[in-house]
Amino acid sequence: MKHMTEEELIAYREGVAEQGALISKHLAACEECRTELERIEAVLAALDTLPVPDAGVDYGRRMWREIAPRLAEKPGRWWHGWTEPRRLAAAGLIVALIVAAFVAGRITRPGKTSDSIANKEQVRERVLVVAVGEHLGHSESMLVELSNAAPNDPAQKEVNIATEQRRAEDLLQENRLYRQTALQEGDTGLASVLDELERVLLDVAHSPEQVTPAQLEAIQKKIAGRGILFKVRVVNKELQQRQEATKPAPAQKDATTRERNKA
Amino acid sequence: MNRMQPSVDSTQAIAESDAIAVERTLTGDRDAYRVLVERHSDNVFRLAYRMTGNRHDAEEVVQEAFLRGYQKLGQFAARSNFGTWVYRIAANYAIDRMRQRQKEEARRATPRTEDRDGTENDPLHRVPDGAPTPERLTQSIELRKQMEQALAALSDAERTAFVMRHWEGCGIEEIAEVLKSSSNATKNTVFRAVQKLRRALQPFVETRAQARAMGTES
Repeated sequence: MKHMTEEELIAYREGVAEQGALISKHLAACEECRTELERIEAVLAALDTLPVPDAGVDYGRRMWREIAPRLAEKPGRWWHGWTEPRRLAAAGLIVALIVAAFVAGRITRPGKTSDSIANKEQVRERVLVVAVGEHLGHSESMLVELSNAAPNDPAQKEVNIATEQRRAEDLLQENRLYRQTALQEGDTGLASVLDELERVLLDVAHSPEQVTPAQLEAIQKKIAGRGILFKVRVVNKELQQRQEATKPAPAQKDATTRERNKA
Repeated sequence: MNRMQPSVDSTQAIAESDAIAVERTLTGDRDAYRVLVERHSDNVFRLAYRMTGNRHDAEEVVQEAFLRGYQKLGQFAARSNFGTWVYRIAANYAIDRMRQRQKEEARRATPRTEDRDGTENDPLHRVPDGAPTPERLTQSIELRKQMEQALAALSDAERTAFVMRHWEGCGIEEIAEVLKSSSNATKNTVFRAVQKLRRALQPFVETRAQARAMGTES
């Protein structure tokens, strides 16, 4: 008797075999192939025991709360994404800065295309650096507050962290946008720290509003264990330095340079 | 396969109600989209978690899937099923996210000590209910770790094909569309995934079965 191949048995088990009836017939008569199929099934059954965490009772509602502010008034048109207030503001700022840089470039150094491109790059980077710096500052202050939170009274059974939780929810949204932007800009170092921060923010955002002192301690240990506060401070410092480095040169220096060029 | 199989009647009723919600959303009733998000979030989350292996990425996939779904709703064909459509968007984004994650992980020199859900170091998460024997606990932890490693070792396409076929019960055509591949190639990918998982896990599964038969496991 010709036995079934492993491929045929797997296809049969996964319901994608072309000759399912033929394989069924063969299995009914062949103990060896039945045993082989059982071994495959045992592995798949073990995999079925891998848990998927419960999304939460009101997960759908929470998801809606998170995405609703990011939806345009009407779907389906490509430009609608840009009508979102946050994007509109960012786009407006970028356009204004680029126009300003262009005009300044025309006045001071006409015809230098490469300088103009470099300026635009600098402007883009400055916008990101300033926004992310501010976001990191807010995240740091929320995490510091949470790390220092404690029951007012040793007998207190629960501590209210609703404020921090809501702030974490808001910061989580911003964090995702900045991380994706950092990745698009090729700033993998920054994206990596934002990714770690996102995990902590997610933990806090998913915590109950009222936590027991033990739960609070566990959250604080997670924050401390990941060293996220330290990483956030280091990156923020680095961003400040970057901001300084990308600041346009003072006007006096420009004037001196122009004079020197003229001479 | 774990995908919930609702009755034909309820599936049809949901599809019809989805179609109405899609139509209303397209006319500018943004709240109609809420019905779709609330109805399909759980399913999309389950798929995303199984594909990415952690809650953090899974939640991002769910958000992005619904955001992209909204943006592309004009391209959604009315005769299609919204649940299946958003599912495909989620699977595509999950593949992108997994690739991105692999790049990030490769760049980080230090290996991660967390498990897929970031909970391995938390003793509370390591103790299951029901106070099992130490042997059972050790074997369960070891097997779970092996399973997670075996899944992580699959290629993006293999993992996607396996999750969508085995756990979510998706049709081969649907998976093929996500993988941008032919039906035959997709069947092959499912086979390769199961074969690899089998090679990696069979020894552990059989050891556990033997231990169970000898009574060292409760």
